[in-house]
Amino acid sequence: MTGGKTMFEKVWTKHVIEQKAGYPALLYIDMHFVHEGPYQAWDGLRSKHRTVRRPDRTIAVADHFAPTANRDLDAAGPVVQSFIRKLSANTKDFGIKLYDIHDARQGIVHVIGPEQGYTQPGMTIVCGDSHTCTHGAFGAFALGIGASEVEHVLTTQCLIIEKPKSMQVHMTGRVPNGVSAKDLALGWIGACGTNVGIGHVVEFTGEPVRALSMDGRMTLCNMAIEAGSRTGMIAPDQTTFDYLEGRTHVPKGKEFERAVSHWESLSTDPAAKFDKYIELDVSEFAPFVTWGTNPAMVAKITDRVPDPSSFADAGMRKAATRALEYMDLKPGTPMEDISIDHVFIGSCTNSRIEDLRAAANVVKGRKTNSNVVAIVVPGSTHVKRMAEAEGIDKVFRDAGFQWRESGCSFCPGAGDDFLMPKSRCASTSNRNFEGRQGAGARTHLVSPEMAAAAAIAGRFADIRSW
Amino acid sequence: MSQFSKVTGLVVPIERENVDTDQIIPGRLLARMEPLGPYLFGDWRYNQNGTLNESFVMNEPRYKGASIVVAGKNFGCGSSREHAVWALVANGIRVVISESFGDIFRRNGVFSGLLPIALAEQKVKYLMERSSVETGYHLTVDLEAKTVTDDREVFEFQIGNFDRECFLNGLDQIAWTMQQEDLIAEYEARTSQRIGLAP
Repeated sequence: MTGGKTMFEKVWTKHVIEQKAGYPALLYIDMHFVHEGPYQAWDGLRSKHRTVRRPDRTIAVADHFAPTANRDLDAAGPVVQSFIRKLSANTKDFGIKLYDIHDARQGIVHVIGPEQGYTQPGMTIVCGDSHTCTHGAFGAFALGIGASEVEHVLTTQCLIIEKPKSMQVHMTGRVPNGVSAKDLALGWIGACGTNVGIGHVVEFTGEPVRALSMDGRMTLCNMAIEAGSRTGMIAPDQTTFDYLEGRTHVPKGKEFERAVSHWESLSTDPAAKFDKYIELDVSEFAPFVTWGTNPAMVAKITDRVPDPSSFADAGMRKAATRALEYMDLKPGTPMEDISIDHVFIGSCTNSRIEDLRAAANVVKGRKTNSNVVAIVVPGSTHVKRMAEAEGIDKVFRDAGFQWRESGCSFCPGAGDDFLMPKSRCASTSNRNFEGRQGAGARTHLVSPEMAAAAAIAGRFADIRSW
Repeated sequence: MSQFSKVTGLVVPIERENVDTDQIIPGRLLARMEPLGPYLFGDWRYNQNGTLNESFVMNEPRYKGASIVVAGKNFGCGSSREHAVWALVANGIRVVISESFGDIFRRNGVFSGLLPIALAEQKVKYLMERSSVETGYHLTVDLEAKTVTDDREVFEFQIGNFDRECFLNGLDQIAWTMQQEDLIAEYEARTSQRIGLAP
């Protein structure tokens, strides 16, 4: 290994307990976030008479099924009650700290981790959710895992893991007006596809990335998995340190200075080599809207729904044909002509305070279209209260939006919040897969600003002219 | 954890790329906490009125009893739900062959007894064609030899030593890691000052 290390390699090397030739590494996990989904992991622990190795490095929160219309659990559907109650019982049995639905610190796991200062640069972080890559925005190595691996980490605080490859996605050019972090994410995935990152850790670099706030960096890293990546990472810098300073679980005083000194050393060395390198000029990016059934099926707001026969790849032609059929869209339709009946502003991608401020700015003084049901689900109870202190909730309510309690809500569509067949939703979430928000529901991924504009116009609209 | 060294089975082709785990097992169906078998590919398998969708490949009588899936690239992308693996295994699927897999899905497979085999595009295309055109197309997957064989071809595949041992020996990964207890404790002692998590 010549020439220096990438940030990922630095974090990796510091956490490998052992790696024998020809075998995966045993990797230590600094922080384990748990939500109510993979309850089988607790059943596994219990049936094998085992305990959690590091309760002090384990935090649980109810998010995927958290009721958002109100917090009355007895009034929620049986599935919601079951998942939420299981998490309460299991965390109690095993002595794990839980932010339940009545806790002021509750929220979507990938929002509250950073918010509470648990997520720090240089850490290894896991959670039983594929959008764990969000935490990579801090220069942590953050992995999504399944229920069996959740049990593995609870038991041993380790992962058995083959070392992933590394890929640099370097963004250049001036970011146009109206192009947000979400559009950078949709733009690069649209350009490079859903497979480009398989087996790779992606490091995002370049001025457009540096210029993002932490909320923006989290949005970008959140979508890394949609390109197939193991995870995404952004090197920590002053923006990161300013965000972290003073947060509950971040070291204070001299310890903070010591931590910053360590964090500064994590950046990729100038001579380090990546396995793959992609350079992307973002100066031609625009606000994006997905038209199809995966995040790469995306078009600029000023473009039209593509003709499937225009794709060079046979697989893509077939997929696009099917996608347009599912989405009930005709080739050649201007994106701005597509009407919607639902708007969802929420999810671990775009539900932080800056996202809500951006959407509120678009909505202020206007009213939602009479054909649209528009819903805002803040990413955490803390974000909700901050927004209320700024009067953002009033802006949304006055315009006709529902203002809800925090949770994953309409993104996974697994609890009480889901859409009916043939609904068409402008959503700030991360996946437009068939049936995700509800059987037969049609999802268009957009930024918070674009979702807000769609709620007002009743169709997609170019916020650059608003 | 299913243990096997050789599997010979009927092959069913899923002629789509980027089959995500929401398709393999929709969230609202896995949330029911019922046995998962009936919900595999729930939104493809059934029409919206609950009747069987006869045109879905896994509903075709000639694929009944299939234990090997051949699918388009990036199979199992998306959500980390391990239920996607469990639902496939509950329906008797033991092997999935594709050009590539969602990373989390692949790792879940190794934990829960579904063997993911990556083969080059042309080989997957060959398997897809034969299994869709012919009735009763079988493959033998040999983990010792690391081969996929039919009546004409022998394709070699790559698999990590550890993953292979998981299937050959029915290895319990958690038990394996617990055997490294000394090393884990030593690591914790050595690095105890490293992470600043203020209380």
